[in-house]
Amino acid sequence: MKPSRFPLIVTWAVIAFFYIPIVILVANSFNSSRFGGSWESTSLKWYIRLMNEPSIWHALTNTLVIAGAATLISMVLGTSAAFALHRFAGSKLQKLHYSIIYTPLVLPEILMGLSMLLFFVALKVQLGLATIAVAHVTFCLSYVAMTVLARLQDFDFAIIEAAQDLGAGWWTTVWKVLLPMLAPGILAGGLLAFTLSIDDFVISFFVAGPGSTTLPIKIYSMIKYGAPPLINALSTILLTITFLCVIASQYLSNRGRQAA
Amino acid sequence: MKAEHRRKLSEWLVTLPSFVWLLLLFLIPTVLVFAIMFKPATPYGGIGEGWTLETFWTLGNPNYPAIVWRTIWLSVAATALCILLATPMGYYMARVSPARRRLVLLLVILPFWTSFLVRIFAWKVLLHPEGALKHALVFLGLIAPETSLLYNAYAVLLVMVYTELPFAILPIYAASEKFDFRLIEAAKDLGATSFLAFRKIFLPGIRVGLLTAFLMVFIPSLGSYVIPDIVGGPTSEMIGNKIAQRTFVDRNLPHAAGLSALLTVAVLIPMVAITALRRKESPKDALIEEGV
Repeated sequence: MKPSRFPLIVTWAVIAFFYIPIVILVANSFNSSRFGGSWESTSLKWYIRLMNEPSIWHALTNTLVIAGAATLISMVLGTSAAFALHRFAGSKLQKLHYSIIYTPLVLPEILMGLSMLLFFVALKVQLGLATIAVAHVTFCLSYVAMTVLARLQDFDFAIIEAAQDLGAGWWTTVWKVLLPMLAPGILAGGLLAFTLSIDDFVISFFVAGPGSTTLPIKIYSMIKYGAPPLINALSTILLTITFLCVIASQYLSNRGRQAA
Repeated sequence: MKAEHRRKLSEWLVTLPSFVWLLLLFLIPTVLVFAIMFKPATPYGGIGEGWTLETFWTLGNPNYPAIVWRTIWLSVAATALCILLATPMGYYMARVSPARRRLVLLLVILPFWTSFLVRIFAWKVLLHPEGALKHALVFLGLIAPETSLLYNAYAVLLVMVYTELPFAILPIYAASEKFDFRLIEAAKDLGATSFLAFRKIFLPGIRVGLLTAFLMVFIPSLGSYVIPDIVGGPTSEMIGNKIAQRTFVDRNLPHAAGLSALLTVAVLIPMVAITALRRKESPKDALIEEGV
């Protein structure tokens, strides 16, 4: 019997649905007309105007500083968490540990955002770049832990015992055996944390203070109150960067898989 | 005995950093929301001294039931549409050649990695009164020129499905990939139609994936705030919008905390139920298997 074509049709229709708005957005960024309805002429004027907008560069710097700090801290905390969850799986402490790591993954961002804002206000902490970075570590940690944990599932702990039998101390085992073997997982988790931090709007918006505008906060205020063509241009740049990064990382991981 | 002690000590040492961090910045703040709900607000946006039931009574605000109801129906509709579209996709992706599968997976993951705000903004451009889609629909005579595609609950629903669909596709695909398709052949050999085999064999076979997809779409949907804020209007506000409004416009943190407490309870009920169901299904947790 011939297989049904229905799944095929749905799949490609959904993919068209995914990309049509993006294609129109990108096309509009090269349209010199202020509204996308009619095509005036192809131009780069919105890109040039974007380059001369100092507040965007300031927001971008803030975003990168926050993402860098949040990624490093969440990589350390997430890796040790994953190690604990895997090595001591089944203990009461780890069951509790697992639920406290898992819950932030599904909880709506607005709840985390408001609860951390209340926490900072109650402690009279000055809101700013530091509070955003701390908030980002809180949700990135779980993603790093889950990514590293997935890697640990295929990890052979006999290698650790072998290293110790051959006289390696605890420190040597961690630095020379465990971490190098887990490096791809830790880096993948870090990459995920970095992307999520750069993209986060809701949580950042809640715990941001004066002068700590990040790029998503800037984009949001441009969408609400600013010039649409400028956002088209900015979006196109962001889309190009993410597309290139994702395709490169897919290519690298596919090549790594074939080499192994 | 000594080895046992050392093991416990090293367990605590590697657990403590992440545990303490999340205890301080996740668990305590979440509990704090419930406490601050019973605090008075100060006129300049702070939290006052003493305790009051004032916020608690404002939850009886006559506008709230409509907003709560809208939040629930939009989330249910978005989840149903996502699962309805993701299930045939998971089926398709599990059956095609590995090269084709990699391509589809890449095309599904790409929007997932791109900026959330940019994706919402793309729809605002597309649905805009001056935008291409509106012009095309008016030209084809499908809608009247005065119809607005933006700023209504359907626009919110459309964009919710758009942004959340990858979260349904990935777990359903992961479950489909592990499904043994010979079972479907067997059912057909025994006389079942394609649809009957799909419904009676395939769907129960990917149950864990369906449950995870439900959780990953429904719960974030309940907390939607940016989507109704950008493509919705005053008649399509959700609980998330009210929380943001109380925080940033009215600067009344106890009221925001009260609504947040309500949303937390609403989110915990399906979460606990699904987790219990899933645990019964597979003791190993589904999220790890999917490599999320």
